[in-house]
Amino acid sequence: MYYKFDVVIVGAGGAGLMAAIQLPNASVAVLSKVYPTRSHTGAAQGGVAAALGNQEEDHWKWHMYDTVKGGDYLVDQPAAEVLTREAIDAVYELEHRGLPFNRTEDGRIDQRRFGGHTRNYGEAPVRRACYAADRTGHMMLQTMYQNAIKNQVRFFNEYLVLDLLLNEGRPCGVVALEIRTGVIHTFHAKAVLFATGGYGRAWRVTSNAFACMGDGMAVAYRRGIPLEDMEMYQFHPTGLYKLGVLLSEAARGEGGKLLNGKGEYFMERYMPTLKDLAPRDIVSRCILQEIHEGRGVDGKDYVYLDLRHLGAKVINEKLPDVTDFARNYLGVEPITEPVPIQPTAHYAMGGIPTDLDARVVIDPHWTPLPGFYAAGEVACVSVHGANRLGTNSLVDLIVFGRRAGKHMAKFITENDYVQLPPQPEDFARKLVDSLYSSTGGESAARVRSTLQNEMDVRVFVERDETGLRHALDTLDGLQEAYTRVQLQDKGKTFNTEMVEAIELGFLLDCAEATIHGALARTESRGAHYRTDYPKRDDENWLKHTLAYKGGKAHDVRLDYKDVLLIDDPIFKPKERKY
Amino acid sequence: MNVLVRIKRYDPEKDSKAYWDEFRVEADPIDRLLDALNTIKWTMDGTLTYRRSCAHGVCGSDAMRINGRNRLACKVLIRDIGNRVTIEPMLGYPVIKDLVVDMDPFFEKYKSIKPYLINYDTEPGTERLQSPEDRARFDEGTKCILCGACTGSCPSVWGNPDWVGPASIVNAHRFIFDSRDQGGAERLGILGQREGVWRCRTIFNCSDACPRGIPVTDLIEQVKRAIIYSETKGE
Repeated sequence: MYYKFDVVIVGAGGAGLMAAIQLPNASVAVLSKVYPTRSHTGAAQGGVAAALGNQEEDHWKWHMYDTVKGGDYLVDQPAAEVLTREAIDAVYELEHRGLPFNRTEDGRIDQRRFGGHTRNYGEAPVRRACYAADRTGHMMLQTMYQNAIKNQVRFFNEYLVLDLLLNEGRPCGVVALEIRTGVIHTFHAKAVLFATGGYGRAWRVTSNAFACMGDGMAVAYRRGIPLEDMEMYQFHPTGLYKLGVLLSEAARGEGGKLLNGKGEYFMERYMPTLKDLAPRDIVSRCILQEIHEGRGVDGKDYVYLDLRHLGAKVINEKLPDVTDFARNYLGVEPITEPVPIQPTAHYAMGGIPTDLDARVVIDPHWTPLPGFYAAGEVACVSVHGANRLGTNSLVDLIVFGRRAGKHMAKFITENDYVQLPPQPEDFARKLVDSLYSSTGGESAARVRSTLQNEMDVRVFVERDETGLRHALDTLDGLQEAYTRVQLQDKGKTFNTEMVEAIELGFLLDCAEATIHGALARTESRGAHYRTDYPKRDDENWLKHTLAYKGGKAHDVRLDYKDVLLIDDPIFKPKERKY
Repeated sequence: MNVLVRIKRYDPEKDSKAYWDEFRVEADPIDRLLDALNTIKWTMDGTLTYRRSCAHGVCGSDAMRINGRNRLACKVLIRDIGNRVTIEPMLGYPVIKDLVVDMDPFFEKYKSIKPYLINYDTEPGTERLQSPEDRARFDEGTKCILCGACTGSCPSVWGNPDWVGPASIVNAHRFIFDSRDQGGAERLGILGQREGVWRCRTIFNCSDACPRGIPVTDLIEQVKRAIIYSETKGE
């Protein structure tokens, strides 16, 4: 079928919905491969940072400093300024729209501590994270969906994006698969926003939902749009052992501490000022060092998160959900027992390159692709640089989702539709038809599983050249195997085997860009730690990676883009200490 | 351990009616039932169809009828069900394929109770104030993940699929008892009608089914009382 809308938004998580509700006077379609309230924003737990100063003195510039330093100076500083300044107003907007934040005694939005957020440029932790128990993302997603209903936004639920339509290089819509019927649809639009989230399912131990398969990144990448800083992938320190389900950093914000197998609270040894509230990249590395040096629990590859000293009241009132995860899945009672944890794949700092208005930019010279936008985890603006601070993902969603919406509102009044290319559905049909007709005998599950095992071992917290080359060779083989993937389900109705196979293709593309970026970056910065190049190298590597798709795994082309700095000595790159 | 998984199957392109299928799956006692379904799909029968996303009980995708009760497959552990389990699509919803049901009518009902903050005042420059006590008043309802387990467990819904059902009332409660909201009268008007709260027969299936531990029946009772109270007050 053919649809025509002013704006088509792909993805109904925080960024997509925040954009959608900024467009009350436009015709807007939101495509989501799950029902909107299933989006992974809903799994975010701890909070959303904004320098409201409700609990103690705070300033957006302190927040900006923490963001830039937390990102190990790979952050584009003008973007960090926008993020932290506008966070304040965006949080108030959400409150006005109904988000039920926890409250202070005087009725204001309550705030708590979070990793890497400090007062006065690194002096001590500050209460900056606005929160709603430990289900802040859930509340945010619900609130935005409720407002989208109020604004009568048109939803296309359970539609999987297959292609971005360009006509002579100009964006003009998307092609999507209606999962329920197997029908392929064309959406013609003046402006397209990708808000499809991350690709955390490239790893086995992950906090990410099954839906996080890198859809938007891969669809753009296949159309010649680069992916930026994909080697910068965050491993959250506290995933439930073996499962990867997240135990929010809020647990440490409330006073929880990491404990090794010898009964030592080891973070004070590494980071004397912030201790357990150091940024995630650092805490994850410290955990691995404890494990490497034989101080894991029972000599195994995990340590404990200890909440016992917080007491039942704090645990039950402020951390009810995450402690339930420990009870349900590990049978551990956090009030009386320490919880086994390990680092878990969590968040892509990299993604589709964008500017301050969430417009997609396609080269080192910031050339925009007019009418194409990206926001949220799928995008790289870059406010997170080499390592995102806790709570800044939700800030990113609301600030840049909102900016995308407002800019699109203007764009659609000033621009007309670009004509669709001839046979717009060709590319998507070939993709789907080749999967239906394949007799290659390969299993998508096997390919995916092999990829995940490889990424868990060789593209994890610590990397080196040998491991990354191995990963690239493995990927090459998996891409070949992917062409032979065969389906058992040949039906049209709700064919989730087809959906999984298409998503696997997306995941392989994201892994490809990640491995190439990591192999080329011969330094250690933020989440990207090379054991063979353990130092940060500002002289050669204070720059963003842009990966352009070639033919096969080995054919990726890399280019680089300068990091944007502000002329202010406080933000000048220096060694990161906490 | 070895688990016998019985699943009610239906593919509209092939089957004239639903039938029972069986699989034997090797599973760890601390595996989730969802893991067992994935094992079947990925290694035995790729046509098995169900929804899933977050896999830890917060997205609400995988509500299904497990041994006769609505549960999230990602919150049920193998050790809790033993070596035999029966899985069906939730009752009260049209079946699309296997365990996948049509949730559109559910979300339409949700929309009918105006599930958004209604406030006609000018927005202040900062946040609206709300005391911790006022915030606590509607906390339970904010936990709802719209999985539909409560609504699909309700005999009043089975008897009358058009009825608004427990999940919508929970979400109405979330706004009616929010001190910032000014749409209570509108919602109570909607819920006071024939298809509103009065079809609730206080059976408590909904409270039992809720994977978030929301005392659903209690919240419905509170809405009933609010309607009686506001009607009395109005006359």
